[in-house]
Amino acid sequence: MLSRRHLLHYTLGAGAALGVAGMLPAWARSSSDGNLGITSASGTAFDLEIAEFPVRINGKTGKAVGINGQLPGPLLRFREGETVTLNVTNKLQEDTSVHWHGLLVPFQMDGVPGVTFPGIKPGKTFRYQFPVRQNGTYWYHSHSGLQEQLGHYGPIIIEPSERDPIGYDREYVLVLSDWSFTDPHRIYAKLKNNAESLNFQRRTLPDFLRDAANSGFSDTLEDRAMWGKMRMSPRDLADVGAPTYTYLINGHSTAENFNMVFQPGERVRLRIINASAMSLFNVRIPGLPMTVVQSDGLNIQPIETDEFQMGVAETYDVIVAPEDDQTYAFVAESIDRSGQAVATLGPRPGLRAAVPDLRPVPSLTMKDMGMSHKSMAGMSDMENRPTMSDMSGMSSMDHMTHGDMPLTAMGPDPHGPPTQLASVEASLKKGPGVANIAAMPSSRLNEPGIGLSDQPHRTLTYSQLRSLEPNPDSRSPQREVVIHLTSNMERYMWSFDGVKFSEVTQSIRFREGERVRLTLINDTMMPHPIHLHGMFFDLVNGGGDHKPRKHTVVVKPAEKLSVDVSAEHVGDWAFHCHLLYHMHAGMMQVVSVLPSTDKMPMDHDMMGHDMPMEHEMPMDHDMMDHSAMGHDKPEEMK
Amino acid sequence: MRKVMFAALAAIAVTTSASAQAHDDQPPSSSEKPWSQADAYFGKETMADARRAVQAGGGAQNSFYVLFNQLEAQFSDESESLYWNGQASWGDDINKLWIKSEGRTSLNGDGTEDAELQALYSRAISPYWNLQAGVRHDFEPHGLTHGVLALQGLAPYWFEIDASAFLSEKGDLTARFEAEYEFLLTQRLILQPRIEANFSAQDIAERETGSGLNSIDAGLRLRYEFVRELAPYVGVEWQSEFGGSRDYTRVAGGDPDQVVVVGGIRTWF
Repeated sequence: MLSRRHLLHYTLGAGAALGVAGMLPAWARSSSDGNLGITSASGTAFDLEIAEFPVRINGKTGKAVGINGQLPGPLLRFREGETVTLNVTNKLQEDTSVHWHGLLVPFQMDGVPGVTFPGIKPGKTFRYQFPVRQNGTYWYHSHSGLQEQLGHYGPIIIEPSERDPIGYDREYVLVLSDWSFTDPHRIYAKLKNNAESLNFQRRTLPDFLRDAANSGFSDTLEDRAMWGKMRMSPRDLADVGAPTYTYLINGHSTAENFNMVFQPGERVRLRIINASAMSLFNVRIPGLPMTVVQSDGLNIQPIETDEFQMGVAETYDVIVAPEDDQTYAFVAESIDRSGQAVATLGPRPGLRAAVPDLRPVPSLTMKDMGMSHKSMAGMSDMENRPTMSDMSGMSSMDHMTHGDMPLTAMGPDPHGPPTQLASVEASLKKGPGVANIAAMPSSRLNEPGIGLSDQPHRTLTYSQLRSLEPNPDSRSPQREVVIHLTSNMERYMWSFDGVKFSEVTQSIRFREGERVRLTLINDTMMPHPIHLHGMFFDLVNGGGDHKPRKHTVVVKPAEKLSVDVSAEHVGDWAFHCHLLYHMHAGMMQVVSVLPSTDKMPMDHDMMGHDMPMEHEMPMDHDMMDHSAMGHDKPEEMK
Repeated sequence: MRKVMFAALAAIAVTTSASAQAHDDQPPSSSEKPWSQADAYFGKETMADARRAVQAGGGAQNSFYVLFNQLEAQFSDESESLYWNGQASWGDDINKLWIKSEGRTSLNGDGTEDAELQALYSRAISPYWNLQAGVRHDFEPHGLTHGVLALQGLAPYWFEIDASAFLSEKGDLTARFEAEYEFLLTQRLILQPRIEANFSAQDIAERETGSGLNSIDAGLRLRYEFVRELAPYVGVEWQSEFGGSRDYTRVAGGDPDQVVVVGGIRTWF
């Protein structure tokens, strides 16, 4: 697959940096390569070719799978209100796909093989065509196999049809990712065989000695014993870290130093996209406050902060206004502090900011396990040691299906509406795929990301986010669907409600036009970025009618959070953890929005807001071909 | 004791067949597709194939695992030998074929002293435990086949446990208990204490085995994981025999208490 053009780049590329620059799209090139800003690939028709190609990262050659021979793929610039056509050609030996992450498109254009379309076979071209009815920062990526890990991702900027409320003089897109020279299937096999084998941030003897010196030998021993008794690790922050991963910003490692240039006094907009396969990032620019103005493509009320944690697939737009003629380090640090990618923001091209040291590794606490310290006394009840009597009943311990699950009433939700919601929750029990059920899940929206609580500077929390515009649908939810995020780290099994995607026999059903509260309870020790296609989550964070609207929401360990969803767009929509290997292991479902039987799709009066249609609600029903969407064929929906 | 074991083996067989039936019932019939709205655009059959593929790729994959926990030379005052203790598995999250092998061959030209191979069906029965049943064949010291029932998994406090009971074709019941732990001195330098104990329900003269506790091997191995999958190690192991087995060894002129120095490679893939 080494084309002549690529070979030329190799021979010409005397240094690693030059070699990389040749492989990069224009907008992702460093300013040292003469590109001070972003050149956009705009228009309404795009040809994308998915193929294998070589890349050089830190001077070492690897094999990427990506778009138009570039890592990351080209920046696609759309204009709100236009209809775009994207011809995606598969030059691989295996199936591929492109999913437009966060874009509200007709579901057959959503790009999830086996859910919304059959996928793109080798040698074939699939024509995506959809109206662009929103604006902001988004991205696109493969939804096939493990191709995302190999480089199959790129950014999207949609320019608003009207004046952008965010003022800025200059902008940069920053695509964060985690690159590995190890084949992703090999990474998955390693996780499956030895789930901790790619974690080099575990607690060791020196940690024990240091903790014993600080808090006493017996307390330290007790702490270790508690974790040991549960067979869980407080350093289970990321399944995969450095040195397996090299962290990248626009395809540049720290050594390759992605360069951004500013004039002192300018307002610079950074559109940050976490396109990694498995890595949550802590993002900061030491010495330069960031004003967050957008999250997941939707504008929020500006909020100034010094650091925030980004789940995989989340996007944040921040405005920085450097006044001084100096360099700043843009730091994307992996959640497990095993590595980072650093870019330079400087007054002139070619500068290199000082790279800060990696900070000490944080440890999870008992809170992350969903229990207070006190409740540990009752832990013997939670032991699930098999006995002969257990074994006789073992056939009932797996193959749970939704069909078996009784409806159970939920307790009142503090964020919820005053009236009690009808609620569906699976009855969960421990088994091979469910190692833990959080005994006391709690709201953690007012906490920053895992490991950031003790920072001396300001850190962003979900509870701070308020949408700029009033929410388009302020109805109270009509019912609640509770979903547990479940796992067994030892077996590397991941699922929703203890049911892997491979075992799903029925999708989660929403009725068109209904407002549903989705409550997510994380029974695992890891934060999960949960993504629902085709709909935005109105995060129930106390924001009233200015809830932040997100396509991906991070659910912290032992957290219980709720999002309200307006089921507007008929179709089958993927719903999954955006950590690639969790999804691959089964942490995925489908939400089917079924056409409303009364054929009255959406009564706008019901929404309590007499608002013009805005980008959050792109599917103007008049624009949609209802017969094509299967409205005339309700029997197909059974 | 023997009755209990037969009953347990029978229970496993029943459960296995029951679960196999459950699997047959799993694929939903065409009228109960988990979701199907894309059928209207791309055709029922095309989407059915794609749906099967995407679901299979979401948790039904089989995994393959090989571990040589010990592949080492053992040096004592009396002899040098090569010892191996390894296992391999293949299957999905719940059901696996599990192979185990353990043996020792002399480096002094005395041939292979012990060599056994187990082939087990392994079923995940709880978050941390697998119940295993199958057969074991000893190639050395002489051919002998056993039925096996084992419980393998992770005990609280991170102890890796493998407890096996063996019923030989001659009706002799024996058992083996293995436990190991890992101390991380650094991220890559790991100290592994390990204990193996063998028991017998009866005196087995032809195997020079007494009844009760026959032997304990307690070892301490220090390895360095250059990569996780490949770690050379050095260590020391105390090998002691007890009861009737100790007497058999003494009569044969051997030393029932030995300290051996070991060096080898731990590898998995």
